[in-house]
Amino acid sequence: MSKVVVVTSGKGGVGKTTTSASLGAALAQAGQNVVVVDFDVGLRNLDLVLGAERRVVFDLVNVVQGDAKLAQALIKDKRVDTLSLLAASQTRDKDALTEEGVKSVIDELRTKFDWIICDSPAGIEKGAMLAMRFADVAVVVTNPEVSSVRDSDRIIGMLDSKTVRAENGETFEKHLMLTRYNPARAAKGEMLGVDDVLEILAIPLLGIVPESPDVLNASNLGCPVTLHNPASTAAKAYADAAKRLLGETVEITTPALEKQGLLGRLFGRKAVA
Amino acid sequence: MPVNAAAPALPQLRIRGRSFMCLILAPEPPLEAWFTALDEQLRRAASYFVNKPIVINLAVAQEAGGKLDEIVSALEARGLYIIAVEGLSADELTGTRWAGLPDLRQKPQDREDVGGKLIEIPDDPLPAPSVPAVTSLLIDRPVRSGQSIIFEDGDVTIIGPVSSGAEVIAGGSIHIYGALRGRAIAGLRAGANARIFCHKFGAELVAIDGVYDTPESWSEAFNNRAAQVRLEGGVLNIAPLA
Repeated sequence: MSKVVVVTSGKGGVGKTTTSASLGAALAQAGQNVVVVDFDVGLRNLDLVLGAERRVVFDLVNVVQGDAKLAQALIKDKRVDTLSLLAASQTRDKDALTEEGVKSVIDELRTKFDWIICDSPAGIEKGAMLAMRFADVAVVVTNPEVSSVRDSDRIIGMLDSKTVRAENGETFEKHLMLTRYNPARAAKGEMLGVDDVLEILAIPLLGIVPESPDVLNASNLGCPVTLHNPASTAAKAYADAAKRLLGETVEITTPALEKQGLLGRLFGRKAVA
Repeated sequence: MPVNAAAPALPQLRIRGRSFMCLILAPEPPLEAWFTALDEQLRRAASYFVNKPIVINLAVAQEAGGKLDEIVSALEARGLYIIAVEGLSADELTGTRWAGLPDLRQKPQDREDVGGKLIEIPDDPLPAPSVPAVTSLLIDRPVRSGQSIIFEDGDVTIIGPVSSGAEVIAGGSIHIYGALRGRAIAGLRAGANARIFCHKFGAELVAIDGVYDTPESWSEAFNNRAAQVRLEGGVLNIAPLA
């Protein structure tokens, strides 16, 4: 039984693409057959984060419009052979996607993979709507900042009304992935605490990823953090989140205050989309 | 045919009752104006009458001395789907093109006496028991940012939070079993008597009967406390609930 997961947030730059790549890799490392699909047509990034930017020949738009077969567009990861990528097109825009086209691609992916992870673009327009449209589960990526929390709240409202499952009156699982959590700033009260975010959003927590230079380094190297540095706290957070998605009960640890190195202080706050 | 015990069992007859909706048109004098109004309606919403069964009530027209022939041909000319007439007896239609249409009027005298007494069925059926209008709305999930709940007919009860960027607009009072972080606008119909209640106060805006207020003008002491908002003498009054 395959599951379609949409990774979404409303706000940009909170870590949707990093989360899609890292969760996808973690699920694949756990032996699942995974495809990550980039819905950010025109501003694709997932290929970079997965280090496959030089291997994209056909993309989602080509498949949706019937110019290429799905098998031609799927790019198999060289490090984990159960992980595949369906890239977005950089030269087109969101209007190149149609609901029927996306549905047929998702239906075909369902026959081939256990997990279909849809990396949503930011915003609440067509691209984001199509990314969530056929999903079974949502991972809502949120930073502990008021603006991010409010945008996530808006997206949760849309997940509850605009998805096919919601329209059919079925339950729609939503999980919160709290990313770029900075224990030092949380301790000083400079950002929202985990409890504050959970109280506002009122959906179950899938994991907390600390703000970490490991994530940025991994993205820059084109390698998900779970593959690049499996021992890091960020990688562990994603691996645990993947286990929870698979139904295991793993206790959630709130990242504690740890001494940050110079690099962390310099680069810790840079956006990783 | 004599009933024989060995006769094959006959299928059980199922007789069911069903109600259908049909439109009733009652031409009234002056007929010319009435037909003009009908034509106007047909022009504005041509599809309204398409394939809708129509019953013609001729009581008023006949009483006013309208010529049945003329009415019949005028109605037919408009291509309406007429299934029956009511309001006059069938023999009055004899000679017109509608003579064969079923007459919906109750005619107890025509009924066969089934060995008992006749049950009088009044011409005007008893009015249907009136269903009380819905005066409250219950929402049992969070009202998320960007969503609005608008209910003009009465009170709104929300079980869950109302997020920042969400709004609830009610004709009566608003009851929130959760945190109010968005806008609550009460008293669209009830006016100054409406109130706003919430478990955790933190609104972006509250309004009753058109009088609104924003956090700048109220004390932070109410934040995150159970509170009610009322309108007293044209001024919004926020008070903690014990």
